[in-house]
Amino acid sequence: MASVVPLKDKKLLEVKLGELLSWILMRDFSPSGIVGAFRRGYYRHYNKYINVPGKGSIAGLIMVLACYVVFNYTFSYKELKHERRRKYH
Amino acid sequence: MNQNLFASFNMPMILGIPLVALFILFPTMLIMPSNNLNNNRSSSIQQWLIQLMLKQMMTNHTIKGRTWSLMLLTLITFITLNNLLGVMPYAFTPTTQLSLNLGMAIPLWMATVLMGLRFKTKATLAHLLPQGTPIPLIPMLIIIETISLFIQPVALAVRLTANITAGHLLMHLLGDTTLILLSTYLSSSVITVIVIILLITLELGVALIQAYVFTLLVSLYLHNNS
Repeated sequence: MASVVPLKDKKLLEVKLGELLSWILMRDFSPSGIVGAFRRGYYRHYNKYINVPGKGSIAGLIMVLACYVVFNYTFSYKELKHERRRKYH
Repeated sequence: MNQNLFASFNMPMILGIPLVALFILFPTMLIMPSNNLNNNRSSSIQQWLIQLMLKQMMTNHTIKGRTWSLMLLTLITFITLNNLLGVMPYAFTPTTQLSLNLGMAIPLWMATVLMGLRFKTKATLAHLLPQGTPIPLIPMLIIIETISLFIQPVALAVRLTANITAGHLLMHLLGDTTLILLSTYLSSSVITVIVIILLITLELGVALIQAYVFTLLVSLYLHNNS
C-alpha cells in the first residue's frame, strides 16, 4: 500500500483547500528559509527558461522585466492613483 | 503637476523603510557567471560583452593599472544595467540620486590621486603646471590646475546624475503632453514619434556609462603612466 505523504512535504498544488492554512503555517519563515525560497524560485526560472541549451530565447529575460514593471507599478500605485482620467480630479 | 513630475524620483519606501538596496541589487540577478566552456545563450552573450569591454578599456594601461580591471568592469556593468533598467516604465533608477553617484565618484577619484602621489610623487606634482608656460603666469596656473583637479569627482558625479535625470524628466513631460494632445489635436501625434526617438536616445544612457568609466580611466592612466 502506498504510504501517505506527510503534509509538510506536499507541493502547493497537491494540498487540499482545507489543509491550506496548516500547510502555510508549517513553512519555514526564518531568514535562511526565506533566502532559500528566493534561491529556489530563481533557479527554477533560470533552469526552465534561460539555461536550456539551444532554446534559451529572449522570452526568459522579458518575463523577468515584465514582472519588474508590474512590481514597480504596484509599489507606486499610491502616487499614480491621481493620474487617472477623470473629469473632476 | 509639480508633485507628479518629480514623484518618480522619490525613493521607494514601504512603511517608512527605504528600499533602495533592493533596486540596486536587482541587476545582479540578471548576470549569471558560469565556469563552463559551452554556456547557454545569455551567458555567452554576457561573456562576449565583458570581454569586449575589457579589451576596449584595459589595453592601454600598464601592468599596475590593470589591477583595476575588476573594479572598472564592475563599475561599467553596474551603471549600464541601472540606467537601462530605468528606461522601463515605472522603474526607479538609483543613479538619479546624487548621493549614489558621489559615493561612487569620490572614492575612486581619490584612489587614483593618492596612488599617483604615493608612487610617482614628483611626476604627479609636476602635472600641476603645463609645459611651456610663461613665468609670470606660474602661480595663477598652479591654482587653476589644483582647482580643476579637485573638481573632477564632482564633475563625474554631477554629469551622470544630471544626464539621467534630465532624460527621465523629458520623457515624463513629453508623455504627459502626448496624452493631453491626443484628445484635442490628433495630428500632434507627431509628439509620440518624438517620444519614441527620445527613448532610443535615452538608451544612450549606456553611452554615458562609457563617458563615466573613460573619464575615470583617463585620470587613472595619467597618474600611473605619466
